[in-house]
Amino acid sequence: MLLRLLLMFVSALVWAAPAQAQSGTLILSTTTSTQDSGLLDVLVPMFEKKTGMTVKTISVGTGQALALAARGEADVALVHAPSLERKYVEEGKMQNRRLVMYNDFVVIGPEDDPAKIKGMPKAVDALKRIAETQSRFVSRGDKSGTHVLEQGLWKQAGVEPKGAWYIESGQGMGQTLGIANDRRAYTITDRGTWLAFQKRISLPILVEKDKPLLNIYSVMEVNPANGPRVNPAGGKAFADFMLAPETQAVIKGFGVDKFGQALFVPIAGKTDADFQ
Amino acid sequence: MELIGQGIVQALRLLISGDALVWQITWLSLWISATATLLSLLVGIPLGTLVALARFPGRGFAVSLINTGMGLPPVVVGLFVTIVLWRNGLLGVLELLYTPTAMVLAQLVIAAPVVTGLTLAAVQQVPEKFRLQLLALGASRAQMVWTLIKEARLPMLAAVMAGFGAVISEVGASLMVGGNIKGSTRVLTTATVLETSKGNFDVAIALSLILLALMFLVNWALTWIQQGRRA
Repeated sequence: MLLRLLLMFVSALVWAAPAQAQSGTLILSTTTSTQDSGLLDVLVPMFEKKTGMTVKTISVGTGQALALAARGEADVALVHAPSLERKYVEEGKMQNRRLVMYNDFVVIGPEDDPAKIKGMPKAVDALKRIAETQSRFVSRGDKSGTHVLEQGLWKQAGVEPKGAWYIESGQGMGQTLGIANDRRAYTITDRGTWLAFQKRISLPILVEKDKPLLNIYSVMEVNPANGPRVNPAGGKAFADFMLAPETQAVIKGFGVDKFGQALFVPIAGKTDADFQ
Repeated sequence: MELIGQGIVQALRLLISGDALVWQITWLSLWISATATLLSLLVGIPLGTLVALARFPGRGFAVSLINTGMGLPPVVVGLFVTIVLWRNGLLGVLELLYTPTAMVLAQLVIAAPVVTGLTLAAVQQVPEKFRLQLLALGASRAQMVWTLIKEARLPMLAAVMAGFGAVISEVGASLMVGGNIKGSTRVLTTATVLETSKGNFDVAIALSLILLALMFLVNWALTWIQQGRRA
């Protein structure tokens, strides 16, 4: 009796199994910020409808997204760490790197601002001051695009951050903001995530609009030589889609309804030289 | 506290309004974990019974292995299953990574040792004398094993509950092998992680409450079978 019930249940489950992915799928490896902001929830269905392909979006840190792509475990990458990206392009693992959009990073911290960095024009100087005063700073510490940018700034500042004041969260931006808020610490975040968390945290923007704080996203296709099952046509189709005028228009308006301001600025056709 | 209240309201709203995505996520969680649990029974019950009844060299070692397996860290399972399923991996040809099937596979690896270990314990606790008696009464070996399994069915249902509980609540492996893809491999636990990282704490709480309710309903049904039979 019990056995028969069990069998009935199994057959019911097999019958009701969700449809499996068909051919014509492609794997997009991307960062958490594109996913967490909700942008991909808008763009991916648009692409799928247009091309009939199915996209598997894998949202991880930029470091992991590129590492997966370099192993041929993805077909296209949408990431935000220009220095790292150029390295992968030079090694031939990724190709046809094109800029898609940008937003910006901001340095945030406690209201009382113990390191006195509020309003400083240069992020590098602000970080130097934070290190000198040994004020608490929370780092992502996860090789994400944000972390790569932060490391670049420390390098420029000539500081090797370590000590009790330097906290590595090893988590995504949301959790990191929570920790910074809790410990009354400074941190660097993309503006979009900061806006999304405004209700939960009370860390104002202290330094912004400095050129090195630009957060540039690019799309790159995976070199088919990276692995046996790379789908180069699918990867190229998605990259082209990201740069299409229609898509760029959607990016331009994204976030206005929810945050009162756009989260990304589309920049198809621009090059790194435009942002030096 | 206010947040939890908002979460409860949100959970009810999502369920009552028939939010298609939430129902799909809930159904997928149930489907994946139930399938994995059922498959783990097919592996765990015979294996556990075999190890419980057989005497062979290295048996103590095998039992220790099974007991360790009962606490396999899901992230470790997730990592290894991911590597095996990679396009470059051992089973890359199957292109299973980031599909519900991959999640069933990972959860099977997590649940099977739990079911095996608890079956082993359940069958072993049937007194040896009972076994000898059955054989003395002329039962064949197969009849004896079947009777033992029937005798141990109550604790075995506990094994089902433990296995199901382990996999439906697991997040590490599902995130890694499934990729948390909307509409395809997003389940209640991974959606909760995502909504938390997005700062949507009320939705995250709502999803958690739905998960708890689902676990309760399944365990309630299983307990009903378990206890109802006893009466």
